[in-house]
Amino acid sequence: MEVRDSFYVLIENVCRDLYIQSLKLIPPDVVAAIKRAAATETKEVAKRIFSHYIESIELGSNKDMLVCQDTGIPIYWVEIGGNLRLDGARLSEAIVRGTERATKEHPLRSSIVSPIKRENRQTSTGERIPVIHFDFVANSDELSILFMPKGSGSENMSFMKMLVPADGMNGIKRFVLEHVVGAGAKPCPPTIVGIGIGGSSDLCMTLAKKASARPLGSKNPDPEMAGLEEELFNAINQTGIGPQGLGGNTTALAVHIESAWTHITCNPVAINMQCWRAERRRATVTADEKVEYGF
Amino acid sequence: MPEYRFKTPLTEANMRQLRVGDSVLLDGVIFGVRDANLIRVFDKGVNPPVDWQGAALLHTAPNVRKTGPGKYEPLCVGTTTSMRMDRFTEGLLRDYGVRAILGKGGLSPRSAELMQQYGACYLSVTGGAAAMETLQIEEIEKAYWEDLMPECIWQIRFNGLGPLTVGIDTHGGNLQSEVQDEAKNKLSDILRSIGVPS
Repeated sequence: MEVRDSFYVLIENVCRDLYIQSLKLIPPDVVAAIKRAAATETKEVAKRIFSHYIESIELGSNKDMLVCQDTGIPIYWVEIGGNLRLDGARLSEAIVRGTERATKEHPLRSSIVSPIKRENRQTSTGERIPVIHFDFVANSDELSILFMPKGSGSENMSFMKMLVPADGMNGIKRFVLEHVVGAGAKPCPPTIVGIGIGGSSDLCMTLAKKASARPLGSKNPDPEMAGLEEELFNAINQTGIGPQGLGGNTTALAVHIESAWTHITCNPVAINMQCWRAERRRATVTADEKVEYGF
Repeated sequence: MPEYRFKTPLTEANMRQLRVGDSVLLDGVIFGVRDANLIRVFDKGVNPPVDWQGAALLHTAPNVRKTGPGKYEPLCVGTTTSMRMDRFTEGLLRDYGVRAILGKGGLSPRSAELMQQYGACYLSVTGGAAAMETLQIEEIEKAYWEDLMPECIWQIRFNGLGPLTVGIDTHGGNLQSEVQDEAKNKLSDILRSIGVPS
């Protein structure tokens, strides 16, 4: 199905809205998990921190406020239905323009700078930013865009190691636990710990990020991987790091794993975390330009 | 746990009475600082255009709407990870007389030693809960070094910023660091429980 010219204008508007809304509306699965976690805390400081989280979530949805100041690195996961016929270059341009318009029109803080000179265009864009991942879905007439404004507190706590086959599963478990404890308060716990296993080094980190974007309550379809998610989740919550690293029962809201096959000599593992707000916002757009928003 | 309320500028006596875990509200002017402006002060040797004697500094870079030359209204003002600015603690306390550093995630054991020595505290802001803090602002009085936008030095007047949690006190306490050390001590037991030998 061939899209019309107006489709690209629509995508631009949708991307603007996704950016702004993602900073105000915390996903319902995350809100429920934060409220459940708040009820399990016994220490006064941890209870105080969770009450601030819940108050800020409510200000976002009820008063149309940005929940956090960090507008993040804009990241789009785009899934293109196999039946759609469209111009990929125009699609990418529309996504970039939508990002710039969100920044100017709201306005939002532009958190994006050049890496050495630290020049800020005040547009939330720059060379190779926003990050846009493309994927394809067979037998679909829809374009799905999942947006994440990836905050730096959690993004700076990203870790990757090319373990070797002899390190085995135990090497993976040790790497994850040591780095979540090492990150401590910095990623704004409780976090969603995204883990990539396998692939090449670049694919492994992409999988970790993709894992962190999964809704809470979702499990890896492979029972062995799902078991590892559960085991690491329980282990991380034994550490006592707690909300804001000030001590408490909830250090992770979930552990999510995504995997790929790898080289015979490789055993890569990567960690990419989402902070407690775990912001994400999704839009599904059909070729005849119907838009549905979700998370 | 005790609750305190202070107006800036802060005194050494204000800070010496606090203990980790205490709850603090702050009124008055607080200066927003972070990576780029502190790098300019300490690495490029440019004196800040403001007086930081007794100051409370907040690690921040806000979302604002420009309303006129040098004038901004707040849209969302929160805090950022303090550890990136850890190496500036000594200069801020010794050379500029800063009394409180506000941010999230804590500072190093070395910063805690310096705070004990100079009589200053680290007050932990709830990271990510910026909507709440934004409503505690009376006015953004001034932005200095606007070429660094959004990493200007922000002069912001608050009415009851907080409740903040004392993260580092003047008695050697460093809450985030202690929690992390406890987690490190438990790590080999936790790993053993999931089949990973030490």
